Amino acid sequence: MNRSSQMAAAPRPEDWIRVTPLGLWCEPGGFHVDPLRAVQRAVVTHGHSDHARGGHADVLATPETLAIMALRLREDETSGRRQPLPYGETVRVGEVDVRLVPAGHVLGSAQVVMDYRGSRVVVSGDYKRTPDPTCAPFEPVPCDAFVTEATFGLPVFRHPPPAGEIARLLASVRRFPERSHLVGVYSLGKAQRVLSLLRAAGYHDPVFIHGALAGCCDLYRAHGIDLGETEPAAGRKRDDFRGRIVMAPPSATADVWSRRMPDPVVAHASGWMRVRQRARQRQVELPLVVSDHADWDELLLTVQEVGAPKVWVTHGAEEAMVYWCRQQGYDARALSLVGRDEEEE
Amino acid sequence: MRAFADLLDSLVFTPSRNAKLRLIGEYMGATPDPERGWALAALTGGLELQTAKPAAIRGLIQERTDPVLFGLSYDYVGDLAETVALTWPGKGGANGPPALSEVVDRLRGALRGQVPDLLAGWLDACDPTERWALLKLITGGLRVGVSARMAKMALAERFAVTLEEVEEVWHGVRPPYTELFGWLDGPHDKPDVDAAPGFRPLMLSTPLEDADAEKLDLSAYRAEWKWDGIRVQLVARGGERRLYSRSGDDIGGAFPEILDAMTFDAILDGELLVHPADGSGPPYEVAPFNDLQQRLNRKTVTPKQLREQPAFVRLYDILFEGTEDLRPLPFDARRRRLEAWYARALPAKLDLSPLVAFETAADLHALRSGSREGVIEGLMLKRGDSAYVSGRPKGPWFKWKRDPHTADTVLMYAQRGHGKRSSFYSDYTFGAWRRTDAGSEELVPVGKAYFGFTDEELRQLDRWIRSNTVNRFGPVREVKPGLVLEVAFDSIARSTRHKSGVAMRFPRVAHIRWDKPAIEADRLETLEALIAE
Repeated sequence: MNRSSQMAAAPRPEDWIRVTPLGLWCEPGGFHVDPLRAVQRAVVTHGHSDHARGGHADVLATPETLAIMALRLREDETSGRRQPLPYGETVRVGEVDVRLVPAGHVLGSAQVVMDYRGSRVVVSGDYKRTPDPTCAPFEPVPCDAFVTEATFGLPVFRHPPPAGEIARLLASVRRFPERSHLVGVYSLGKAQRVLSLLRAAGYHDPVFIHGALAGCCDLYRAHGIDLGETEPAAGRKRDDFRGRIVMAPPSATADVWSRRMPDPVVAHASGWMRVRQRARQRQVELPLVVSDHADWDELLLTVQEVGAPKVWVTHGAEEAMVYWCRQQGYDARALSLVGRDEEEE
Repeated sequence: MRAFADLLDSLVFTPSRNAKLRLIGEYMGATPDPERGWALAALTGGLELQTAKPAAIRGLIQERTDPVLFGLSYDYVGDLAETVALTWPGKGGANGPPALSEVVDRLRGALRGQVPDLLAGWLDACDPTERWALLKLITGGLRVGVSARMAKMALAERFAVTLEEVEEVWHGVRPPYTELFGWLDGPHDKPDVDAAPGFRPLMLSTPLEDADAEKLDLSAYRAEWKWDGIRVQLVARGGERRLYSRSGDDIGGAFPEILDAMTFDAILDGELLVHPADGSGPPYEVAPFNDLQQRLNRKTVTPKQLREQPAFVRLYDILFEGTEDLRPLPFDARRRRLEAWYARALPAKLDLSPLVAFETAADLHALRSGSREGVIEGLMLKRGDSAYVSGRPKGPWFKWKRDPHTADTVLMYAQRGHGKRSSFYSDYTFGAWRRTDAGSEELVPVGKAYFGFTDEELRQLDRWIRSNTVNRFGPVREVKPGLVLEVAFDSIARSTRHKSGVAMRFPRVAHIRWDKPAIEADRLETLEALIAE
């Protein structure tokens, strides 16, 4: 497609994609992207609960994301029409061609590529650029307007190589063989990524997991992703946890649930752990900077690779991103979508 | 720098004392000289370096990053060293990060104006954690929750010697402590510090429970007042004078009047106290602990403090007279030597703590409860035949504190603990009632306690707090005023730091009064009446 020749006739992105209280609204397609409440027709980028709400009548998403939604939402919230769209295939929705392209965030995560009368808008959803064997890698797609997340949109957020963070965890396990290591991880994505990183680092002991993590781990395995051996933490004796790694949702690491562990070293695997004060507020003893979101450098790299003249910045630290984009000559603005939960990454 | 930075980084996040000891010990065992010696000096506050001011560091980062982006970053992070460490454009490349010893060597030789360039070169070669550690070091003040004593304890544990041995040689060795490590970790003998004006670790007492007091053969014991000051050791040897705190910190700089009075050659054990400005002696009248407090934890002293809170030392014991080591002698013999020495030397600013005469246990009980609060904490009982040995042996010396005060207070806030208590609300802020100007009743916080209860009671408290929370602030919960804690405390004094205007010493939970309605808890006026003026 010769994009520049059509530019004159093409509509402006802001004429057909708008921000509404429910989220991004694609008028000619008649659908919302990641809407906050139940709508008639939704395109969902990935399975995290602040993007994949329940109760929509029609949902278009990758088969993996639909499987995740079926696992995590109540049945009556998933009872509408579900349309799986594998990566790379195009489907016509209303007057808009829709294609899903890997975003590298979690299993099934996708960018939404929308073409309407020669104008193309790409909604990144959440994404990262660091290689991750548990999901397909991000692919930059040239477009007229790029809607990017900015969870870590400040220059203080530069994620170190994850292998080094896992090495710190394993060093601590060796240092404190009489204690357990309780790693706080989000149950979809981060848990499986940390397991996969542990296995890549040569750690093959069974890992104990909190019940909330089991469903997503099984689903990843069903999609052919090797996580090594895991065992339920429930019903085990205190001494079983000594010298072992236990994974649980972050909220469980400082709560009643953690009392079954012998003097646990509490670790959290999250991009937020880069800032010491933040880790200390959470009473984290071993902060592991492992993130499924792009860091500052990856955000800038992506904006440059995509090369869209218009950059719309959504949830996160929009201000610094918008400032930087304008310095570089992009027509940038903050979309101020509400309802994204920054803690859950 | 790598290993040192990792050490500091781990220490910042590690709440448990044992885990900190392990981290420091591991580092000291695995790191070569002189690197580990400089690290030890940094941890114990003994590293004197050319420092950089925050303004200089701000200047460096502004030359290298966009000021708007830096400003947004600083707003978010809130700590200059950390923001700079995270946003500094690293170059990596051929030069690895500098060794800590290189940093120390270069800074010690540098002029103040050269520091920024040196620093910038190092920051280029470091990763974010190393940059953070370097900036902490160079701005002075590591603040990683490690005391000098804890660092010494880590050495003792790692190298299988006693803390007293480390403390004993400590003041005879200097950074980077190659002599010390040569002994701890190498073929060399313990450094000879006998001639040095070093610290001799103190003999400490164990608490006497009322039940044990019954069984004691009182005829073997001598009684002394337990003065409410701070325990010190005076070392005057070969023309050198030192005043050491109980943990071996040199605090002489803040008490020049004591150093001036040390015109003798001896090592003495006593209590540092303050006397009223218009008082004279020896012997001196003792001012309340609160007056001494004004002079503690300062490096220097003002002329006004010297005038208004003049210090003196009340002597308990003599360890050396000249070069003669009296520590192996029995207490009774040392006491005679102390009295004889005092009568000859008649030193200014020192007086003798008298022995307290008694015959029966009933005498001791009466003495103990009749002692003056704010000045005397209780009684000391020392065996007449006890040699002066460092550490805390059980038996030869007992401290027998006066019964504490108690008050019924209302639980107001609870904070989650650390380590084993990390899932429990275990730190309690409690309050007393007072009438507001508008005439209604309000609670004001009067203290904080985090021990005095059993594990089972902790579980019950935790459960109560979780189901009576009215507000959350991070790890802190505000609870509805519904639970009465009977707290015990040694004394109470006026304080301008607290909203209630009072501060308790050594508060702990004595009983949980599940039965008592909150409105019947004590009033602030009741507590104020306990203040010993």
